[in-house]
Amino acid sequence: MPLTDSLRDDILAAVPSLRAFAISLSGNGDRADDLVQETLLRALANIDSFQPGSNLPAWLFTILRNLFRSDYRKRRREVEDAEGNYAKTLKTQPSQGAHLEFEEFRAALDKLPQDQREALILVGASGFSYEDAATICGCAVGTIKSRVNRARSKLAALLYVEGAEDFGPDETVRAVIGGNG
Amino acid sequence: MKDVKSQASKNAPPGRQGGLNAEIQSRIGHQLRAMYDDVVRQGVPERFAELIRKLDAPTAAHQVRSEEESGGGANDQENGRD
Repeated sequence: MPLTDSLRDDILAAVPSLRAFAISLSGNGDRADDLVQETLLRALANIDSFQPGSNLPAWLFTILRNLFRSDYRKRRREVEDAEGNYAKTLKTQPSQGAHLEFEEFRAALDKLPQDQREALILVGASGFSYEDAATICGCAVGTIKSRVNRARSKLAALLYVEGAEDFGPDETVRAVIGGNG
Repeated sequence: MKDVKSQASKNAPPGRQGGLNAEIQSRIGHQLRAMYDDVVRQGVPERFAELIRKLDAPTAAHQVRSEEESGGGANDQENGRD
């Protein structure tokens, strides 16, 4: 459909949540705003393909999500390095009970597999239905449900469960323990 | 703030582990939304409001897009070098 004033207002109204989604995905404000900008440009360039009456936020989120994923593949190594560094700081700073700051939550979220993180954010924060989230991610509804459940379990393990073996000491720590024994 | 686990244990029905999980999941949901809503509340930055205002038609969108790309392509060129 053509870019009417009302459609433009609707796109503008979606910007705050697009930014929140982009920041949640990328963990980086500058990169997130670049993603949002690219999303808006693509959306406006392809506005003819938007079906009037369909879910505009879901359409915009789909564009942003696809942009992020193609960008993510390029930056994968960089992200993995950052995770490695974070893991080191965790090992030297024992958990302080309920001292759960944004940073810690943010870092835990970043440790989730990409598929799980986006599913959790779409359903748990953006407020999309499982059906809309499945459309945005291009997968089955059951797949989204399963990803959300796994994301929640993993966050719980990362943030609240001490000594959860699946998410606990990695090879470095095991090597140290083994070396002392 | 108190320790999450002791709070959760207190709230859980005796003899059930499910309460701990429910408490944790509730906290995770709260954290997630707090993080997200913090950004949502920032509203629309001027750069995006202006961008959308400037773009009247799909052709205009193409135009701005190609300007963006010619201005920001330095990183791609770097990648080809060893």
